[in-house]
Amino acid sequence: MIIKNKTIVADDWIVLRLNEQESAENVAVPEGKMIVPLQVWLQQRDALQQRAEIGVWLSSAERPEDLKDDLNRFSVIAVDFPKFSDGRGYSIAYNLRARLGYTGELRAIGDVLRDQLFYMQRVGFDAFAIRSDRNIEDALKGLTDFSEVYQTSFDHKLPLFRRVPRKGNSAADMVNE
Amino acid sequence: MYRYDEYDQQIVNERVKQYRDQVRRRLSGELTEEEFLPLRLQNGLYMQIHAYMLRIAVPYGLISSKQMRMFAHIARKYDRGYGHFTTRQNIQFNWLKLEDTPDILADLASVEMHAIQTSGNCVRNITSDEFAGVAQDEVVDPRPYAEILRQWSTFHPEFAYLPRKFKIAISGGKEDRAAVYAHDIGLSATKNAQGEVGFRVLVGGGLGRTPIIGSEICEFVPWQHILTYVESILRIYNQYGRRDNKYKARIKILVKALGIDEFKRQVEADWADLKDGHGTLTIEEVNRVATFFTDPDYEKLTDHDSQLNEFKADSRSFSNWMLRNVKAHRVPGYAIVVLSLKKPGNAPGDATAEQMDAIADLAERYSFGELRVTHKQNLVLADVRQKDLVRLWQEATAHELTAPNIGLLTDIISCPGAEFCTLANARSIPLAQLIAERFEDWDFQHDIGEITLNISGCVNACGQHHIGNIGITGVEKKDHDEWYQVSLGGAEGNLSSIGKIIGPSFTFNQVPEVIDRLLQVYLRERLEAESFIDTVRRIGHVPFKEHVYATDFVVEEEEIVDKHVVVPAQYSVPYYSPRF
Ligand code: HEM
Ligand code: SF4
Repeated sequence: MIIKNKTIVADDWIVLRLNEQESAENVAVPEGKMIVPLQVWLQQRDALQQRAEIGVWLSSAERPEDLKDDLNRFSVIAVDFPKFSDGRGYSIAYNLRARLGYTGELRAIGDVLRDQLFYMQRVGFDAFAIRSDRNIEDALKGLTDFSEVYQTSFDHKLPLFRRVPRKGNSAADMVNE
Repeated sequence: MYRYDEYDQQIVNERVKQYRDQVRRRLSGELTEEEFLPLRLQNGLYMQIHAYMLRIAVPYGLISSKQMRMFAHIARKYDRGYGHFTTRQNIQFNWLKLEDTPDILADLASVEMHAIQTSGNCVRNITSDEFAGVAQDEVVDPRPYAEILRQWSTFHPEFAYLPRKFKIAISGGKEDRAAVYAHDIGLSATKNAQGEVGFRVLVGGGLGRTPIIGSEICEFVPWQHILTYVESILRIYNQYGRRDNKYKARIKILVKALGIDEFKRQVEADWADLKDGHGTLTIEEVNRVATFFTDPDYEKLTDHDSQLNEFKADSRSFSNWMLRNVKAHRVPGYAIVVLSLKKPGNAPGDATAEQMDAIADLAERYSFGELRVTHKQNLVLADVRQKDLVRLWQEATAHELTAPNIGLLTDIISCPGAEFCTLANARSIPLAQLIAERFEDWDFQHDIGEITLNISGCVNACGQHHIGNIGITGVEKKDHDEWYQVSLGGAEGNLSSIGKIIGPSFTFNQVPEVIDRLLQVYLRERLEAESFIDTVRRIGHVPFKEHVYATDFVVEEEEIVDKHVVVPAQYSVPYYSPRF
């Protein structure tokens, strides 16, 4: 199960993670709906792009620009959060969406917990693979922690000060208070 | 000062709710301590030696009397009757229970305050000039921009998990009073030849174990672009700042590694497609926020009250106070008053609940109900009528807030040190007390004149020892012994510099004598009206060093029996450090 577009849905994608003996060049990518590491994609592109459906994932140290010319080949792009406190994935997502114009599913994988989801959806993630030891219903609540935000990101093109009229401190306001 | 509208209030209320639930999940075991840690750290909650410490944001140092009363309430209800004002213009409470913290945040939200992003690897509270809006040398009032930056950085979704903490300071006077050179980003508001407002942007400054003075990344960023420009700096840092070693994770290390030119190139490449986009600031927004920082209803007055001068002639204590703690105001007939939290014997920056209430009263009676926290851990009444100074002084004296030492030797900056901090090698507060007591004589201090003395309990430099004219750092040698390293020649302001260590370190009891010797050299060598730091700059370190180490120290190293126990006068409960 994952959270996608703010609801809990079944999911049959498999994230391929290489073990130490495997190399991006030689690893056999199983049949089925696979989300492969960026390096595997880059090394095995010719074979993989024949598949009907393929996904790719980026580690937090990798660059989304490496996928610049391939973006519309993927049914899903995932960004890995090796740990909660590694915030590079937020900028990767922002750059994928806002700079590179990726419009398909963008999924957060790895150490993905309730309290990150609000931020993640703002920078462009629309799917979340919650860590398997956690209650996904509970995590869903994280998407609605706040009902208003100040700054632009991928979700809000306009900052609050361009979106809504906000009052200044005029003498008139003071009298009305 | 700024007042919340329904949006600000809603965001802060929702934050309280979110945090309350996080604490509930921690207490019920749904969250492990490891998972709770980054959450509580985004909220200023630290685990210290004895209890939880909560740091509350005082945005750019500005508070109302009502907010000050709330601090007094928190001190009484949840703490041990006092709070600690910090060098980043915030306040900390040291003795809290985790389960009380959601209620404390709810209390704070009721007076438009919060603890959002006061710790953790995110954009921290933005600091500014404590004399903003009233300083005579002000070019641009930094407060509207500080507030705009506060809102921009609050819960910024992309920059909540940076490689390390991120501190922004903004100043607007000719003289820098916000230590902009010692921040991850320092902004100096200024005007160009056409009179347009913009910012000189410094990046990569910071203290800690690798002290570095910030480098200029852009000489002039027009005000419209400041948010997007800062965003690009943060995006480059978020992606490329080191995450493998926390001691190398600050932006200063990235800027050093890339060089300022390459760093600038990357930032400006990122910025190219944000420039003039929707994140660009509008004049309507700047003007709207600026309406919160207009002048209070000043009366038409003139300088030089005759009664004041008479009283000055009569009272030595009052005239000393006038000399050090009262600063020129840009409006005739008004003055800026600095209330000292550095009475010798006190822990620097501490105020009791009674003092806080008294300070709130003073603010209401004499300064339009507003206060500022300074980066030297004192408090400011920014708009006092000169003719009220005598009464104000008498009332403030009754609450021990008028030590005439602003900018003098006993206006010491000190970190919490071993009594509170698990990282400490040294007892910063007791050392500050020892030094203050030794040099308490006001005539001596006034003769020495302007000098800064900063103490940190370890290399992390919370006490900013690097930019003290005299800096003291606790260092560990063997067997957890406490040793104190002394540095000379640091400075903040327009001529910021990092102090240099003078030589082998000293014992706790030797430090006051070391300071005395440094001062002897200054008194011997100074030219007329030359400040301590100017003498150091002119004659260099060598004469100081030679004199300090020339003769043995005769201070008695008697075994201090109650070394563990420090009982500053105002605390009813002694506390001690298990380290010593
Ligand atoms: C007692 C709990 C505290 C702990 C555990 C603590 C910890 C630290 C650490 C680890 C650093 C170094 C960060 C780095 O270099 O990346 C640091 C820096 C700093 N802290 Fe604290 N601190 C504490 C309290 C305070 C207080 C009370 C103040 C203000 C009075 C303060 C102000 C600062 C400042 C100004 C810096 C230097 C910023 C810089 O490196 O540019 N800290 N602190
Ligand atoms: S300087 Fe060191 S001892 Fe002092 S508060 Fe910071 S971390 Fe603790």
